Amino acid sequence: MSDIADRVKKIVVEHLGVEEDKVTETASFIDDLGADSLDTVELVMAFEEEFGIEIPDDAAETIQTFGDAVKFITEAA
Amino acid sequence: MFDLTGKCALVTGASGGIGGEIAKALHAAGAKVALSGTRVEPLEALAAELGEGAFVCPANLSDPDSVEALPKAAAAAMGSVDILVNNAGITRDNLFMRMSDDEWQAVMDVNLTSSFRLMRGVLRGMMKARWGRIVTITSVVGQTGNPGQGNYAAAKAGLVGMSKSLAYEVASRGITVNCVAPGFIATAMTDKLNDEQKGKILSQIPSGRMGAPEEIAAAVLYLSSPEAGYVTGATLSVNGGMAMV
Repeated sequence: MSDIADRVKKIVVEHLGVEEDKVTETASFIDDLGADSLDTVELVMAFEEEFGIEIPDDAAETIQTFGDAVKFITEAA
Repeated sequence: MFDLTGKCALVTGASGGIGGEIAKALHAAGAKVALSGTRVEPLEALAAELGEGAFVCPANLSDPDSVEALPKAAAAAMGSVDILVNNAGITRDNLFMRMSDDEWQAVMDVNLTSSFRLMRGVLRGMMKARWGRIVTITSVVGQTGNPGQGNYAAAKAGLVGMSKSLAYEVASRGITVNCVAPGFIATAMTDKLNDEQKGKILSQIPSGRMGAPEEIAAAVLYLSSPEAGYVTGATLSVNGGMAMV
């Protein structure tokens, strides 16, 4: 697993308080990991800070799963 | 009780009678305070009076850029913004039929829109800290209406709806959002009224007197405190019984 994926996973595990093995490629933050809409905003904020990037609101809406997040950040970073 | 040691508070309209007392009360409870307002001189005088832990952060709340910059300036001065007190407000009174779009818009910009922007600006830090207090000063006229103040009453009532909505969103993050609704408070503004006007007002107030700015500050201090952590989306009326809502 890439360094970016590791760092994203760490944020997700810490923020949502889920087991690491639940955070799979296709795991949806809301449907599978128990996030509410405010959690997803906070996750995006945390990604922005961790990777020093800007995630615009329309892009943030497309980040639904762990895989989406890793893909977006890999392309943006 | 009500120990704010280690907390940092941003108070808008701190050059006014009520805002100044709010800043003093929070500072006396141990908070650092960022004093905001348009007039720098009274802010600096207040900062000098308070001494350590008081910072001057001038801002023009009718200017969007100035509003956006304020939470950042306050956080830079104090280290964070844990408590936001939206106190600043203006009046542009006129009868409804004579009220201009400019009079309407000026009151909306300063009294309602700037509070929205400031709340949005301080949320990130509060969310991360899992602690925050937002207290907005509204008015009894937002609850009762007042002839000649259609714009002011609309903005004040709007602040209540906005605060309740935000209170829902962030309650689970340890952030409370409340309003304090003053009645008639003795300030420079009410000093200008003549005896007949004052008599008329006082006849509407069960306690038979105007309130003191310190009595508004005490309500803000309570809602800013750790003890008030289970109070959110509320409006605390401080009006001598003038409107029991």
